Amino acid sequence: MNADLQESPRFQKPVERRDFLGLAALWSAGVSFFVALLGTLRLPMPSVFPESSSQVKLGPLEKFKGVKMTAFPELRLWVFSDEKGLFALSAVCTHLGCVVGMEEDGGFYCPCHGSRFDAAGKNIAGPAPRPLPYLKLFVSPDGQLVVDRKKEVNRKVRLTV
Amino acid sequence: MTSHENPGQPMQETSSGVQTAEANKNEKAPQSNGALRTLLSNLMETPRQFRHSMIRHGRPTSDRAASQAVFTNVFLHILPTRIHKYSLRPSATWGLGLISLVLFVLLFVTGVLLMIYYKPSTDQAYDSMKELQYIVPTGRFMRNIHRWAAHGMVACVILHMARAFYTSSYKSPRQFNWVVGMVLFVLTLALSFTGYLLPWDQLAYWAATIGSQIAESPRELTDALHITEWFDIGGFQKHLLLGADHVGQEALIRFYVLHVMVLPLLTTIFLVVHFWRIRKDGGLTRPSSADEVSEGTTLIPSADGAVTVQAGPVTTTVNPNKTYGLMAVVRGKTPLVDRALANTLPTYPHALYAIAAVTMLTVAVMLALGYFYDAPLKELANPAVPENPAKAPWYFLGLQELVSYSAFMGGVGIPAIVVIGLMLVPYLDREREDVGLWFSGPRGKRVTLGTALFTIVVVLSMLTFTVKYGWLRNWYPDIPQIVITFVNPGTVMLVAYVAWSFLITKLTNSTRMGALAVFTCFLISFVILTYFATVHRGPNWEFYWSKSQWPVH
Ligand code: HEM
Ligand code: FES
Repeated sequence: MNADLQESPRFQKPVERRDFLGLAALWSAGVSFFVALLGTLRLPMPSVFPESSSQVKLGPLEKFKGVKMTAFPELRLWVFSDEKGLFALSAVCTHLGCVVGMEEDGGFYCPCHGSRFDAAGKNIAGPAPRPLPYLKLFVSPDGQLVVDRKKEVNRKVRLTV
Repeated sequence: MTSHENPGQPMQETSSGVQTAEANKNEKAPQSNGALRTLLSNLMETPRQFRHSMIRHGRPTSDRAASQAVFTNVFLHILPTRIHKYSLRPSATWGLGLISLVLFVLLFVTGVLLMIYYKPSTDQAYDSMKELQYIVPTGRFMRNIHRWAAHGMVACVILHMARAFYTSSYKSPRQFNWVVGMVLFVLTLALSFTGYLLPWDQLAYWAATIGSQIAESPRELTDALHITEWFDIGGFQKHLLLGADHVGQEALIRFYVLHVMVLPLLTTIFLVVHFWRIRKDGGLTRPSSADEVSEGTTLIPSADGAVTVQAGPVTTTVNPNKTYGLMAVVRGKTPLVDRALANTLPTYPHALYAIAAVTMLTVAVMLALGYFYDAPLKELANPAVPENPAKAPWYFLGLQELVSYSAFMGGVGIPAIVVIGLMLVPYLDREREDVGLWFSGPRGKRVTLGTALFTIVVVLSMLTFTVKYGWLRNWYPDIPQIVITFVNPGTVMLVAYVAWSFLITKLTNSTRMGALAVFTCFLISFVILTYFATVHRGPNWEFYWSKSQWPVH
């Protein structure tokens, strides 16, 4: 190789075998450390959540027929019935999860940052990014009304009774 | 053994006649039982010997001994042996970093005491707070101190950050320490947030719920892009924080572990780096004018390179060829380089007394607060009924106001931009003039004042507008959320500030002036938003002139 070139300060020597082995050792130490770190981070992420099943029995179906509104504050939802059938509306604000309250006109408000929803649960003011979710309702074999709190359904869906 | 410790000395000190008689007897019977005699006199000398083995220098009456006192002590040697007069002026730092540190230590002590009774379980946490309040001796007092010190630490850290910023202390070579400081700022807020849940009362429960939903708020964006099903970073963050879908036992234990173990440990580690770097970066910043030799000071150089400084009644001799240079400053301008030495003082006693005074004052204020004012405790957490209004602690209320425009932007987007932006400042503004000078002199003062006015006008008009007319969704109910996420009062203010700071940079042709503008925008809007959300937001987050107008339920 050209000696002048080798002496110039910009000249980069090719990696020698010793250096290569050293670098490889360093990198493998780094990578194994990183993987071990990932392993420790896996633990806090549960694969099963402690909450009981998202499906909850609400009571015998007859109880809800024709009843305009039944509130389940513990479950944070309401069951309504209209001409077409039953539907469940979540009371959890889509903004940051406070529980919304009902107003005289049938709409809903959220006490935390003032989101408002109309009687159909549509967000009409405030920061809530989405309407209140409609939850899936079905009837269990023993004639009980069951709600699935994790299954959102289209707002037109009704459980016909 | 050194020569001045003659064996007879301890005996002269004893007052009991019996011992003296015995000692005399010992002296009369030499050699025969010499070892026993030595043992006895060693025993009597033990306190003195122990002191000598622990502290190897004499009383810090001379400059040299005073330096040794600092230099040979593992806890004190984080301080230089001599300290610049300017750094001791209250107006150089207002002692804010030190006060933050004292509060951190106080929080550690009271926190360990509280841990003795606190039980991190949803069934028992609230009861243990009541127990501390009403049964445990001094329990209420310790809890109060812990609470007020936590508030005080957040306030002092913010003020300390402002001090460091306005005196240009983020500039080379201190860039990295500024970044470390930002990490400490975030850690301080995280400590407060995790601690807030532990009492398990209504306030705690709903603040944690809102906090965890903020962690989930990237869904606002992923929902709008219809990618949540595949890429649910929001849900991931929330589940990592809570270990469940809702705030409950899992969340409580996680917050507890973070609050009493992980975060204090991380904070301590970063504090060690923070202090180490202050020394390595050449001490605290000071304006160049501080190094001019004050009047009435004489420097007498001698042949071996030593310099004798006479400043009024004080005379100091320093030899730069000896250890002094190494001991005082490791890098950068040493005080000896020019005439600056005249302006340094021995750390012992000057700095140590000042530190002790600030420490005492801080602790005294906290004791008084803890004695007279009780930390709040609301009713037991009730997941079915939110507090109305559910307010976070004061330092998060400015954020809560922004969150009330858009969860993602207010809770994640804007805070991230602010923190990253402030971390970048030292790398974007590298002008070296006027370091250590408050506001970099008169021009900076004008820029800061002008920016403050600008910010006040922007924030107040945005708030008035939003309260009076609402925002996009009130006018166009069907507007897509993504528009609101990116165009809301919070982002509008942010854009106004960035534009203003660019304008200042261009007009003054100085990046430092631009930096002053950015920081002042941040600080003033933080203060105004915090005030506004604290005083003028009531039930349903509606506007009220004062709390007395709140509707009664
Ligand atoms: C846990 C919180 C913190 C503690 C306990 C702390 C403590 C200290 C102390 C004791 C000093 C010595 C000077 C003084 O008292 O002002 C100092 C200096 C400094 N701090 Fe902090 N600090 C904290 C957070 C921060 C933050 C949030 C920032 C900024 C982002 C910051 C940036 C700096 C800088 C740049 C210096 C060097 C100042 C100079 O050279 O004049 N620190 N800190
Ligand atoms: S949680 Fe309902 S408006 Fe914020």
